[in-house]
Amino acid sequence: MQFEASNLIPVAPELYILGLACLVLVIDLFLDDEQRIFTYALTQVGLIFAIFITLSVGQTEAQIVFDGSYIRDGMSDVLKVSIYVITIGAFLYSKEYLVEHGLFKGEYYVLGLFAVLGMMVMVSAQSFLTAYLGLELLSLSLYALVAFDRDSKAGSEAAMKYFVLGAIASGMLLYGISMIYGATGALNFTTVTIALTETGMEDIVLVFGLVFVVIGLAFKLGAVPFHMWIPDVYHGAPTPVAQFLGAAPKIAAFALAMRLLVDGMMPLHSDWQQMLIILAILSMALGNVVAIAQTNIKRMLAYSTIAHVGFIMMGILAGTPEGYSASMFYTIIYAVTSLGAFGIIILLSKKGFEAENLDDYKGLHERSPWFAAMMMLFMFSMAGVPPTVGFWAKLFVLDAVVGVELTWLALVGVFFSIIGAFYYIRIIKLMYFDKADNTLPVVGNLDTRIALSVNGVLMLALGLFPAALLTICVRAIGG
Amino acid sequence: MIALSDYLMLGAILFSLSIAGIFLNRKNIIIILMCVELMLLAVNMNFIAFSRFLDDSAGQVFVFFILTVAAAEAAIGLAILIVVFRNRRTINVADLDTLKG
Repeated sequence: MQFEASNLIPVAPELYILGLACLVLVIDLFLDDEQRIFTYALTQVGLIFAIFITLSVGQTEAQIVFDGSYIRDGMSDVLKVSIYVITIGAFLYSKEYLVEHGLFKGEYYVLGLFAVLGMMVMVSAQSFLTAYLGLELLSLSLYALVAFDRDSKAGSEAAMKYFVLGAIASGMLLYGISMIYGATGALNFTTVTIALTETGMEDIVLVFGLVFVVIGLAFKLGAVPFHMWIPDVYHGAPTPVAQFLGAAPKIAAFALAMRLLVDGMMPLHSDWQQMLIILAILSMALGNVVAIAQTNIKRMLAYSTIAHVGFIMMGILAGTPEGYSASMFYTIIYAVTSLGAFGIIILLSKKGFEAENLDDYKGLHERSPWFAAMMMLFMFSMAGVPPTVGFWAKLFVLDAVVGVELTWLALVGVFFSIIGAFYYIRIIKLMYFDKADNTLPVVGNLDTRIALSVNGVLMLALGLFPAALLTICVRAIGG
Repeated sequence: MIALSDYLMLGAILFSLSIAGIFLNRKNIIIILMCVELMLLAVNMNFIAFSRFLDDSAGQVFVFFILTVAAAEAAIGLAILIVVFRNRRTINVADLDTLKG
């Protein structure tokens, strides 16, 4: 392989984020605790610049560089920009919480930026090696972030569980990759696809490989029966970390599934479709049913994530461009919605008080009618109630599944969504029809309140005009 | 000459041992960390064997990356272990039971 400087242009955003993370790390060393706000500002401004860099290197046609191991295409551009936006949002919401809880440290932002870099590599991976490296960079940063509150018993326990199960997932994925490498003799997706078209599913080694890769992916996505880490991590991690972890990495996990299964192993579609159908049904069933029994809102949102992952998988398993773009739309919308829902939790949490229990949301309407309305929009969007955007996201996925003659699967999806609507609407009932235990007004910084309002109104705005974002997703998958 | 299937069998045995070690072990978190390492080494065995028999160097390159990542992973794992120990004064797996539901 010859080194060419032109190879570096498509990876400019990654190089930029890497430089930014190192810069933030070094500059933070020279700052006092009072000046920590500068680290925060640098990170945020840096991420906004990253949006422009990504858009400026973006072209219509796909570019594959570094000897076929890295790709820059429409999908990677759109997903990278959404990852930046969601990270900016997560950092914005979390600032006040971190300051109040004595967690406002530079490392938070450095680890966050490295996680973003890992997600970008996953999104652009075109060989098993790059996919694995991106995944590990993301996971290692997230393990450290979950344990960020060093004195929290729950936080360290969650980090340990996340670490062990994440390491098993990586091990499974790698074992599968080694089998596929053995069967096809290649690591980059283009060559693997060609080799698979010739051999088909004859090879027993290949069957093993595919099963292990799907298990590894299911672990990372959090699909049942490989979901056991999600509730504990959401519950134990500091709320801002749970917010970040629940939003941006979902996009990266979707991209990883797309790259591995669709770009890499499309000739085996009928085989992995069967596995994903089982995972999707189990996820929707268990996620929605168990969420009803939760009294902790973070745990409830964790089970709701599992249910949403089922929907994301339904779009991918359709195996058509409509399915992929519907799934991509769903993932982005879910990430934005969960960002907002966690934003409300963070807004209500104050020093020494975590608004974790469902009872803490009683009578929120009396305390702050505006933010109760925002929370209602987030909950409606997650439940899929029109006119919020969650309805369209579900509709597009179901439509794609019906389009490939899997109508019964769409019916299963609708059935479990109806069960799921119960626990979302319960929160709305608590906020509007129950008496508040405490009547303190809801206070927060101006920037947090504006961001939350924009986030909430976006649910409604995108619900009324879903075409713009959907067009972007369709074009990203198509070209 | 040792056949490819023998290497794969060894890899599979090591891999199953590590999985069994993680799920059966009820005593000590350090044993879990050791099992995680063993799992990655089992994968390395597979890669090296395939690389040798396919006469392709990509597998060996992959092994180097896995080894590097395994080192970083062990560092983070041990760091989390220390945090757990400082908060609880124990590294017994059965004591990690605060989070339930």
